[in-house]
Amino acid sequence: MTGLGKDLLDLESLSAEQITAILDTAEPLKAISLRAIKKVPTLRGETIVNLFFEASTRTRVSFEFAEKRMSADAVNVAIGNSSVSKGETLVDTARNLEAMKIDMVVIRHQASGAARFLAERIESNVINAGDGTHEHPTQGLLDLLTLRDKWGTLKGKRVCLCGDVLHSRVARSNIHGLRKLGAEVAVCGPRSLLPNGAEEALGVTVFDRIEAAIEWADALNILRLQLERMTSGYIPSLREYNRVFGVTRERLDRAPRDLLILHPGPMNRGVEIDSDVADGPHSLILDQVTNGVAVRMAVLYLLRGGRPDLAAAGTAAGE
Amino acid sequence: MTRPLLLTGGHLLDPSIGLDGIGDLLLMDGMVAAVGGNIAGPDDAERIDCGGEYVTPGFIDVHCHLREPGREDVETIATGARAAAAGGFTAVCAMPNTDPVTDNQAAVGFIRAQAAKANASRVYPIGSISVGMNGAQLSEMGEMVAAGAVAVSDDGRPVVSAQLMRTALEYARTFGIPVADHCEEPTLAHGGAMNEGVISARLGLKGIPSESEEIMVIRDILLARRTGGRVHLCHMSTWGSVELIRWGKERGIPVTAEVCPHHLTLTEDRVGQYDTNAKMNPPLRTQKDVDALVAALKDGTIDCVATDHAPHHNDEKNREFSDAPNGIVGLETALSVLMTWLVAPGVISLSQLVDKMSCAPARVFGLPGGTLRRGAIADVTVLNPTASWTVKGADFKSKGRNSPWLGSTLSGRVSQCIVAGRQVHTRTIAS
Amino acid sequence: MQAYCAPMTATQTILDARACERTLRRMADEIVERTAGTESLVLVGIQRRGVQLAARLASLIEEREGRPVPRGALDITLYRDDLQTVGPRPLVGATELPVDIDGKQVVIVDDVLYTGRTVRAALDELADFGRPARILLAVLIDRGGQELPIRADVIGKVVTVPAGSQVDVRVAELDGDDTVIVGPARSRGA
Repeated sequence: MTGLGKDLLDLESLSAEQITAILDTAEPLKAISLRAIKKVPTLRGETIVNLFFEASTRTRVSFEFAEKRMSADAVNVAIGNSSVSKGETLVDTARNLEAMKIDMVVIRHQASGAARFLAERIESNVINAGDGTHEHPTQGLLDLLTLRDKWGTLKGKRVCLCGDVLHSRVARSNIHGLRKLGAEVAVCGPRSLLPNGAEEALGVTVFDRIEAAIEWADALNILRLQLERMTSGYIPSLREYNRVFGVTRERLDRAPRDLLILHPGPMNRGVEIDSDVADGPHSLILDQVTNGVAVRMAVLYLLRGGRPDLAAAGTAAGE
Repeated sequence: MTRPLLLTGGHLLDPSIGLDGIGDLLLMDGMVAAVGGNIAGPDDAERIDCGGEYVTPGFIDVHCHLREPGREDVETIATGARAAAAGGFTAVCAMPNTDPVTDNQAAVGFIRAQAAKANASRVYPIGSISVGMNGAQLSEMGEMVAAGAVAVSDDGRPVVSAQLMRTALEYARTFGIPVADHCEEPTLAHGGAMNEGVISARLGLKGIPSESEEIMVIRDILLARRTGGRVHLCHMSTWGSVELIRWGKERGIPVTAEVCPHHLTLTEDRVGQYDTNAKMNPPLRTQKDVDALVAALKDGTIDCVATDHAPHHNDEKNREFSDAPNGIVGLETALSVLMTWLVAPGVISLSQLVDKMSCAPARVFGLPGGTLRRGAIADVTVLNPTASWTVKGADFKSKGRNSPWLGSTLSGRVSQCIVAGRQVHTRTIAS
Repeated sequence: MQAYCAPMTATQTILDARACERTLRRMADEIVERTAGTESLVLVGIQRRGVQLAARLASLIEEREGRPVPRGALDITLYRDDLQTVGPRPLVGATELPVDIDGKQVVIVDDVLYTGRTVRAALDELADFGRPARILLAVLIDRGGQELPIRADVIGKVVTVPAGSQVDVRVAELDGDDTVIVGPARSRGA
């Protein structure tokens, strides 16, 4: 089963086959960005709304590129946090979108479950571009694609997510996706930034020391540390965070093997990751950005196929 | 003057007087006039055939939210009292977290007046512990008790200040009323939307740890020990709380506790994919907690069942999980849920359930009723043990539709609710 | 070249391995004739079996002319005009064009020409890569039934079959042997 159904809301509910189908589809789509005319007509006439309740430059831009390269008509709607709190509810937003006869919604929202909430209430396809501290499935997929490109397979590989797992939607999507494709997953960070009982809840190994994680892992996915975690009391200071948990050249040099380095961005250089690691030979951070567009094109392509009613009547005219 | 009521042929079930067998019940002048055996009754008595049904003392809910004044769009005292009657509750205690707060004798009097007009179940006001529930200054408990308040509570919010809780327990001793506390350590619970555990970690929702409840439970028990005041712990939800209450009761500390039907039957799994009808505070916990709460209800560690009936508007529940309000309606499903989940599988007997829903709450809050003893007030519930029904929001008397049991098929249903010898709710159950 | 009229009920082999070989040789010759040599020739096969056929033709031409012939692969899935009606989405294969096609003589190679819609898509896709001097179409089987004004320039064999019947081209690289089989319509959705 390569179909994705109506929506892409999380990686937890996808099968290994579905995830593999997305990655396999993304692979040939990468080349489109290298053509003279960086565009295929696949989604001509389709209208997509990028509904961003939270500011996000890179995810929105990546989706917009993907949409434009597939020839969809994309409209960006940015709704700041403040106007939501005094303005219309998500239900009303959904109804308005439905009335505008759009085909697809890409939603970024500060509440966990918001994408599913929208998907349950509108006919259009919904793609989760990050919901609260729940999941960010396209980021998870692009991380999987980046690692699979390097390794050929994720089976038996060891990936450690480092940092603020508690508040990270990127971490959750990575953990589910990696585990489904056969990788071993660990998390490392101060316990105050890890979910209580992470081992049982997420099926991961927990490392208290970054040195131990580096010794164990084949790749590190270093999460962004939100600077407000310090003022809200989760960690004492950024300085100490870098001392204890920062991924530095010096720490990597002591590793028994070369580790691949990922970071979903935007980076806090000198906090969770040092510059010479971010810009070093094993850093895949720019591959992640490139792959992001291809993975999102693949998702846009695979989701729109949900018209089995017409398929039964149609002929395979492409044969 | 209402006509005398003679309930004939029902199975009389009243653990308060050890009644458990077929017999008649005569209600006259708002009182139980005769109980048991064949009763001839006066000629003008209205006879109700209760064959195949149980006749029990009326249920009492010591914890519900009727929203009036302030949110009459969501519930009123009248609709709440009718919902209570439909669920077999002849009396309910209304929590004071309305707008304005029930923190003075006039507000208490308003609730009593609205309840009298509603002409359904009895509504006993609970006054607030602190003025405006601000957690700072004690409300005028003496005035409120004189106007009809039966307890004090800041429910909806915890009493954060240990000093205020201590003072409230001491001050309430004069009036012999319990101080009911919503046990929640606010800094631990802050921003939480569900139980902290496996599911919250997966859904990316901030969790409310069990310890947030348990820390306040032990604090309240220790303050009751110090002051001798009667503390009543609302809606217990964790196995740890059960152990702490047991510890307190073993030492003779004046502590009582209640548990809600949902905490006795559902776990955090019910949240599923962000179902806001499974969002309440305290949250649904784990099977270990459910098992401990059921055992505690059976062995008396937890004294009684209370619904924490909390109606919300559909628009408020129909939103992102973290932003949706806490609470579910419970008055009209409590009996059937507990009969289906606890009585039918033989976990507790129907007699025990009647004790926990009627006799015990009367005892804990010092309320009339909770017994069919001759001379007691004529508050009676008649229930059909075999009726099977499907929960539909449109059938609720309550304005609230926010129930996790919508669509569930339950067994056992209230067929009569009699308050002061008058039928306030009658449902014909097809057999 | 003579048309073959296939029976409507039974499966029948209309080209075996040796016949395929002979047909491809003739097609290779014809391509070189039409393009007047191999100077600017590029063979582009349509995924999937057109790719193998293009490779065969290119080798045959190289053999004959003694010069390398660039070959590419075209996956037209993203250019299909029926994506709204088929579901779930068909798999996307790789498009690989090894050389710049501007000013080149590009020969599109496919196994079967039927409705012409695949070729339409291929023409659209090629246009996104550049502006060839000329585009030709070479197909192993022309079964008729075109729905668009498209015809092949180089044809291996013309087969007349009723609409709906099946023409299967098998190639050794993917299917183990080279054969062309005609059969009755396959039941769909079973």
